[in-house]
Amino acid sequence: MGDRDLALAAHLMRRAGFGVSRGELETLATRPYDDVVDDLLHPERFPDVDTDLCDRYYGWDNYHGPAVGWMYRMAVTRRPLQEKMALFWHHVFATAFFKSEHVASLNRQVEMFRRVGMSDMRTILLELSRDPAMIYWLDNNENVSGEPNENYGRELLELFSMGVGSYTELDIKNASRAFTGWTFAQPIPLYPHGHYDSHFERRPEEHDDGVKTFLGETGRFDGGEIIDIIVRQPATAVFIGRHLYNFFVADEPQVPAWPIEPPRDPGAVRVLVAACLESNGDMRSVLRALFTSEFFKEAQFQRVKSPMELVTGVMNLVGFQALPEPGIGVYQSAVTAMGQELLNPPTVEGWHTGKEWIDGGTLNERVNFAVNEVGDGSKPGIAEIVGRVSGRGSELSPEEFMNVCLDLVGPLTVGDETREALMAHAESEGPLRFDTEEDEKASGRRIVRMVQLIVSSMEYQFG
Amino acid sequence: MVGNGHNGKDPVLVIVQLSGGNDFMNTLIPYTSGVYHDSRPVVGIPADKVLPMDDELGWHPSSAALKDMFDDGTVAVVQGIGYPNSSRSHFRAMDIWHTCEPVEVGTEGWLGRATRELDPNGENVLTSVNFGRGLPRALAVPGVPITSVGDLENYGLMTGIDDVDQRNEALDVFKQMYAPAVGTGPVMDYLARTGLDVLKGADEIKKAPAMYKSDVEYGSNAIAQSLRDAARVHLAGLGTRILYTQHGGYDTHANEVPTHPQLLSDLSGAISDFFDDLRAHDASDNVVMLVFTEFGRRIKDNASGTDHGTGGGAFIIGDPVKGGLYSEYPSLDPKTWANGEDLAHTIDFRGIYGTILEQWLGIDPTEIVGGQFEQISPFVAAN
Repeated sequence: MGDRDLALAAHLMRRAGFGVSRGELETLATRPYDDVVDDLLHPERFPDVDTDLCDRYYGWDNYHGPAVGWMYRMAVTRRPLQEKMALFWHHVFATAFFKSEHVASLNRQVEMFRRVGMSDMRTILLELSRDPAMIYWLDNNENVSGEPNENYGRELLELFSMGVGSYTELDIKNASRAFTGWTFAQPIPLYPHGHYDSHFERRPEEHDDGVKTFLGETGRFDGGEIIDIIVRQPATAVFIGRHLYNFFVADEPQVPAWPIEPPRDPGAVRVLVAACLESNGDMRSVLRALFTSEFFKEAQFQRVKSPMELVTGVMNLVGFQALPEPGIGVYQSAVTAMGQELLNPPTVEGWHTGKEWIDGGTLNERVNFAVNEVGDGSKPGIAEIVGRVSGRGSELSPEEFMNVCLDLVGPLTVGDETREALMAHAESEGPLRFDTEEDEKASGRRIVRMVQLIVSSMEYQFG
Repeated sequence: MVGNGHNGKDPVLVIVQLSGGNDFMNTLIPYTSGVYHDSRPVVGIPADKVLPMDDELGWHPSSAALKDMFDDGTVAVVQGIGYPNSSRSHFRAMDIWHTCEPVEVGTEGWLGRATRELDPNGENVLTSVNFGRGLPRALAVPGVPITSVGDLENYGLMTGIDDVDQRNEALDVFKQMYAPAVGTGPVMDYLARTGLDVLKGADEIKKAPAMYKSDVEYGSNAIAQSLRDAARVHLAGLGTRILYTQHGGYDTHANEVPTHPQLLSDLSGAISDFFDDLRAHDASDNVVMLVFTEFGRRIKDNASGTDHGTGGGAFIIGDPVKGGLYSEYPSLDPKTWANGEDLAHTIDFRGIYGTILEQWLGIDPTEIVGGQFEQISPFVAAN
């Protein structure tokens, strides 16, 4: 196992998943890279997470339950890419709790992302258009023949498939007409209706069956036919390709700038668009092209970690236990304070990503969270780091001490300023010794402090 | 005298962003218009419920606190604020309001630029403070430090390290790690600067909650708490000139009848408490508030709420403000409707920004708002 393989495996698991323990990372690094990717693309080869305990602890009566449950899944799943793609679609098809306060339908939406998130664009957009949480979120239940409500029709084109500039206002009106009568049975929102589950229902009497022209094609279109036309548009492949690049490879400008600013790496987006068009929008094919590309492998630490990635990464670093102990709700509060409240994005545009995750307030939260978590030497992951460092010999020079910690936290590559600051810190107390019991204790505390400083670095903000 | 605030203090600007598109027609209501009532069979407010201002316009019954302030002469209503070819996309529209760039996608926010004018060398990281999660683009300009506070009580780095010496050493290492480096790219530069700004800002801003004492009891809703934080920072005298906060939930496509009154009630009460608090501390004479939203809503309701429209309204509030109606209420004559269904705007928002920048903050607005636009005169003559 070379250092390069270890760094690449860590990169893949940060992006396609939520990080893994050091032990698992070392195992993955010995396997052929493409085999690891193939396993990620086939979640059905691995057992699903048993969430019964979590459900029992956290319940369903408010969205904290499902949000905590989802974080738990992310931290412990053996199907990381399935969960990461569910999160990807939650970013793109952002639906929030605050409007409906209806947990059951939101949770069902996430299950849908998990189920079809790696299928094809047609299936995904069709399921989305039939999803009760989405229908309520963008008012399609109020979109009826004669009184169209354009909210869903507009966002389907602007934010969910093609992006601004690929259609006209008339296309929006006609797409909205095609989705008239697409609603749900059983009521949403929670108040005053209560916790009823709901399901899709198409009401012919509310559907506008008239002739519509959409993107140059004319017919008595229903919603499904609008989606057929959307998924044939190269604009859709470009829009989704750019989203995937931004989420998995490197930070792009925010979505509203896309009609004007070219992609950071136009060649990479071309590869993703080609894979999308050749496979009729099959996400598994596009993801395979992405993860096996050179542009992906070369993009280590080119993205600012989202709060979800930062927190789940720290959870894996400190060896979060596979049982959902009471108290894991603190992780959800932490993510919220960092600006990413799961199941409750600020608007239908979703979260702004990249450097927009960072401002004075959120950087403060990110640093304090990580420093506090790794500061607890009794956590299994931290105890393991201490054990591994002390296993390197009875005395480590300050430089060895710093390097082995950087390796065990990442492997993390740092710039000169960070290296010099950490080095000065390591040198201030001399070599790390394990001769006596007292030395060992003092050294254990020094290792924990070094790890605290590493996770507070700028470099640790990148994944 | 212009641009110097009152009583020798520096002028301060508070921004309240109503996110989602506030329904201006249901905030300041043309209650004697048949067109209004015909267009809004579901969300329309009956004439006898409206709080009349004159024989044409009246306040929504849930905005009584704002009406009282208007009657006291401290609220300027900017009617029909907007811009040509108004975008109906929330995000694009908000971007336009934040950057004053209606055609290109701008990256620099107008208040970030204003901050640069107020504090050209970035000497005070608290010159502009945002309250809430995430920095609005209005405040974002590369190289301009802005402090963004989610939780005023716990703002500061490494607060979980109990040992004072160890915490100080960790802060020292942090400072070295975030030192500006050459050639690491704009994102790293941004991160480094943000880290150092947090370090600086935290030491200052933690004074604010400690110093604050007040008899004003704010509501428990989000906007009330945000404006209370703004009051605490203003009253601490930290040199803050721009305070920014948001109030969300105005995207009332559906269920407008129960939702919108609650929003207006929370908002009006919070603004009223904020100014009462400042007055009680003799600190209101140099504060002006701008309340804005990204667009108004469609004239006709959709049988449950209202869709995205144009022609909204803004408020300029404060003791230095000459209260009253400014610009014109958009015409309700269907022949004049924009896009055949919207209120046509009667004044460009960039002129209102210009008014505030030039007449209140004393800054030349031309570069900041991208040109010269018609201004209004909403401030009392300085003494």
